Amino acid sequence: MAFLYALPGAVAEGLIWGLMAIGVYISYKILDIADLTVDGSICTGACICAVLLALGVPAWLSIIIAFAAGALSGVVTGLLHTALGIPSILAGILTQLMLYSVNLFILGGKSLMAIDPRANDLLVHMSNNNGSILSATIIVAVVIVALRLFFYTEVGLTLKSTGDNPDMSRAQGVDVSFNKVLGLAIANGIVALAGALLAQYKGSANINDGKGAIVIGLAAIFIGLSVSMKIKPNFVVSLIGVIGGGIVYYIVYNFVILMGLKTDYLKMLSAIIVALFLAVPYLKSEYFSKPLPAHGSAAKANHAGGDADA
Amino acid sequence: MLKITNLQKTFNPGTINEKVALDGLNLHLKDGDFVTVIGGNGAGKSTLLNAICGVWKPDFGTIEIGGVDVSHMPEHKRAQFLGRVFQDPMKGTAPDMEIVENLAIAARRGTRRKLIPGVRKAEREEYRQLLKTLDLGLEDRLTTKMGLLSGGQRQAVTLLMASLKRPKLLLLDEHTAALDPKTAAKVLELTNRIVTENKLTTLMITHNMKDAITYGNRLIMLCDGHIVVDVEGEEKQMLTVEDLLNMFVRASGKVFANDRAILSR
Repeated sequence: MAFLYALPGAVAEGLIWGLMAIGVYISYKILDIADLTVDGSICTGACICAVLLALGVPAWLSIIIAFAAGALSGVVTGLLHTALGIPSILAGILTQLMLYSVNLFILGGKSLMAIDPRANDLLVHMSNNNGSILSATIIVAVVIVALRLFFYTEVGLTLKSTGDNPDMSRAQGVDVSFNKVLGLAIANGIVALAGALLAQYKGSANINDGKGAIVIGLAAIFIGLSVSMKIKPNFVVSLIGVIGGGIVYYIVYNFVILMGLKTDYLKMLSAIIVALFLAVPYLKSEYFSKPLPAHGSAAKANHAGGDADA
Repeated sequence: MLKITNLQKTFNPGTINEKVALDGLNLHLKDGDFVTVIGGNGAGKSTLLNAICGVWKPDFGTIEIGGVDVSHMPEHKRAQFLGRVFQDPMKGTAPDMEIVENLAIAARRGTRRKLIPGVRKAEREEYRQLLKTLDLGLEDRLTTKMGLLSGGQRQAVTLLMASLKRPKLLLLDEHTAALDPKTAAKVLELTNRIVTENKLTTLMITHNMKDAITYGNRLIMLCDGHIVVDVEGEEKQMLTVEDLLNMFVRASGKVFANDRAILSR
């Protein structure tokens, strides 16, 4: 029964984390970059939103500014990687570390900042889960439609090809470096936007928000794609799958808490889930693939050798 | 159309692995020249193509394409002049994208890409007709993911992509080497058709001496980073593989050594 009561909250929070996972999807799946900026930029979004709300900025405007700040942090990672030649994973870690200082600065040196739900007209808040689900769904839908439109433009297609095959992209006149920066900006913009919503939902921004966000994002992606790829492997269905993955993750999360697991151990659980998903394709190919029949492959080799006289 | 002057490139200079890949190479291609390039292992064939594409900067020398000095242009900017087909069929196309999307990206090579739809409706029909000319049944599979095609099909589509936006220079780097003989012959015929129909200035590296003689109007042979044999026109058509090997020995004082060429003789 307690689980059913917790369900709307889990869905609302899952929607927001699913949105964050869409940002991770852009860097990890489309650009083929494991971008660790995310752990910092989600917190930046939360901190900026909290400060702006305290200054009386409307909630909708504060999430747009959070998006811009996140995009800027993506640009920093992108430039560290493309202009300075730092491996992308390290570039992300460096930016993440920078953002910790930036976030403390935004919060004025404090580690926590509360958001007063009565003083502000919040888009989402845990006191109104049904309303939150509605608002979050609308925001998610707007983001998905915008991404669908963008990724099928002339520029958007080259962003996909940049991650899919950089050699081919360069040969077709695509500025791969610029595209990586642009893609990381969009990805982290969305992550920070989700961070801003998360701060509103919880009613506070904490300097430690977002630790392990990349892992939650990856978990949502793997859970979501394992289903959506079976239904229809296209762009929009994949993104909806990722959102679904976020929701499933948070329902499981709430369920596990209700079962009595201490929240301290949840990060371990998340990491194990992601490690399993990452390991499965490798284990499959290594231990469960059927070897070619010896007879068949030998015949093939002979054939190739004999025919080489072209 | 292409003018290379005194091109020099040394890899790993000052180390035990130092390798002079291009040693003062000069090459001048006329408009419409179809030049086949042969040479032994490490003669500098691929290095030459990579230098033209701008994969790295040469130590010395200049490269002009159609009168424009591209020596200091980054790879993606030079692409506006160049059509390329790689040896590895995986390299020329984006596997996770549709055939039509790959073609659309190639059709915009050298233009400023905008925030307008990436594939226009009229384009689809145009590509369908083009794919039909390949005679591989791809015209009904416009939205198939490139990664599902065979190596030969991919090279054929890559050839289309390289010539879709007429390049000033077409560069083919042993683009049939990874294919089975039957497919290789088909792709080579297609290459010849596209090059002659569009009168494309072309550099084609091949390991197959017979192909090098059969196709194109000019043949160059590389050794130790420069050109040692350069024949064209009638003289080239009359060549035999034996002639070529003898010319190589005379010019370089070495026996011709190319693993693939030897295997395929």
